[in-house]
Amino acid sequence: MPIHEKSLIRPENLTTHDELVIDGVDVSGHWSTFIESRVVSDYNEKLEDEIAALPGGEQIHRCWQCGSCTNSCTVNAINPDFNPRYWIYLIRMGMESELLRDKDIIWQCVSCNKCTYACPRDVFPEGVMKATSHWLERKGHTEKSPSMHFDEVFTEQVLKTGKIEESRTIRGFFKRTGQSLMQPWMVEMTKRMLRGLPVGLLTRMGLATLVAPKTRDWSAAKAAMQDYIDEQHEKQEQALSS
Amino acid sequence: MTKKDKYQKVAYYPGCALEGTGHSYNRSTKAVGKALGLDLVEVENWNCCGAMEVKNVDPKLQTYLSSRVMSTAANEMDMDVVMAPCNGCYHNLKKAEYDLKHDPESVEVVSKLSQKAGHKTYEAGQVETIHALDWIKDTVGEEGLKERVKNSLNGIKVANYYGCMYTRPRHIFPEKDQGPGSESTSKPHFMDDLLAAAGAENVEFPLKTACCGGAHTLSDSDTSTKLVLNILKAAKLAGADVIATECPTCHSGLEMHQIRAEKVLGETVDIKILYFTQLLGVALGLKPRKVGVHENVSDSRGFLKERGLA
Repeated sequence: MPIHEKSLIRPENLTTHDELVIDGVDVSGHWSTFIESRVVSDYNEKLEDEIAALPGGEQIHRCWQCGSCTNSCTVNAINPDFNPRYWIYLIRMGMESELLRDKDIIWQCVSCNKCTYACPRDVFPEGVMKATSHWLERKGHTEKSPSMHFDEVFTEQVLKTGKIEESRTIRGFFKRTGQSLMQPWMVEMTKRMLRGLPVGLLTRMGLATLVAPKTRDWSAAKAAMQDYIDEQHEKQEQALSS
Repeated sequence: MTKKDKYQKVAYYPGCALEGTGHSYNRSTKAVGKALGLDLVEVENWNCCGAMEVKNVDPKLQTYLSSRVMSTAANEMDMDVVMAPCNGCYHNLKKAEYDLKHDPESVEVVSKLSQKAGHKTYEAGQVETIHALDWIKDTVGEEGLKERVKNSLNGIKVANYYGCMYTRPRHIFPEKDQGPGSESTSKPHFMDDLLAAAGAENVEFPLKTACCGGAHTLSDSDTSTKLVLNILKAAKLAGADVIATECPTCHSGLEMHQIRAEKVLGETVDIKILYFTQLLGVALGLKPRKVGVHENVSDSRGFLKERGLA
């Protein structure tokens, strides 16, 4: 089993001396590697409250650092730097600069909810990951992640029509993130998809991309949801700027 | 009333994916229901459940969207059971039910939004949300299926893949983990049970509830491809011919990243991917076309023919 926390020691803080004698004891070479001590002085005491003010982060204060989240994490298994337990620790301690070292991967949580299933304290680590990604973006530490673009394209479409027509969402996402739709694997997939399809179904699918499916009498629901989103955004902005 | 009677006629919530990439799941669910003499009444003028994406923007907005679907079924159609074959929809309706039962703030937001939108507010307990697996298992059951099987799946080795949303997190599924007869959240078996009744041989598959990376299938494709490759390879190593699925996002994720792994990483895993309803359908004697096998991205037509199921 790998030691999960090994990645937490920064390489620049590991020192090995080729020739060093201390008090008559030879400590040269690899066997007596030193970890240099470091001092953190730039605490952000509001960090935990700010994360807790964003949707999903509400229960972060409950964490007792058992590590069940990281241990069960799908993404941790393919990238050991992805460490929810550690990030929750940093947030609660207010160690913002340490957290920012991992700012570009936190959004990669796949929401499989293994952490939430394993958590004995109902912290909802999956929600904390979402809240943290939102916090990073809203504080200007990161660009909007591709995942956030996808969520926004999707939500805009649900608000507009009540339903999702997938090809529209996919095209919207690729356009907003400046990617070409003509990636070889996408082309291959489309080819294979079209292979077995009868003409009637193709026509129906084609029509769906032109005339998006809609929920009828949706405008009042749409307006209500938009008002709610604006209200929440306002509240969150206040929490983030206080 | 027993579940058997209660689930005989259910409000059917296909959801957006089943009208798009998951069309063959929609077709096969309806066809199997018809073949088994079960009644589906589609939820009138339904809307998106909110999926993962709206939940990420604001969880309570997702709760509202899901509650509107349940409100329509309960208040407009007088139904007391909603059946959702899509794991995402099923999960979200269950989550909304849980939140509306336990979280006063969610109740407040949903009631305010429902009033503004001009429909009755859904109240916890008005409907019971079930998955297509519960629906078939609790009405026809294994014994009933055995009697109705025309083309046994005998000799077909299946890895049953349940994905994330059907069992996690545990608290939104209070009826699971209730001892014998109930579904397990750590080792789900309802799909295994049904396919075994149809004659299939279920392989020991350790990644039943692993994640396919569906949430980031396009926004972080490299991660999704790795996760899907794990699942495909594990199923193959376990000796499976087919991975049976029960979720349109998992299903299209497996199919899409099977191709992407081939094109981007040069890794080919030759394994078939079919919805469990497609396998049940052919076992019940339906033609593969009737259960939409030709609509899948991966091609299983030759395979079914070879095994005498077409």
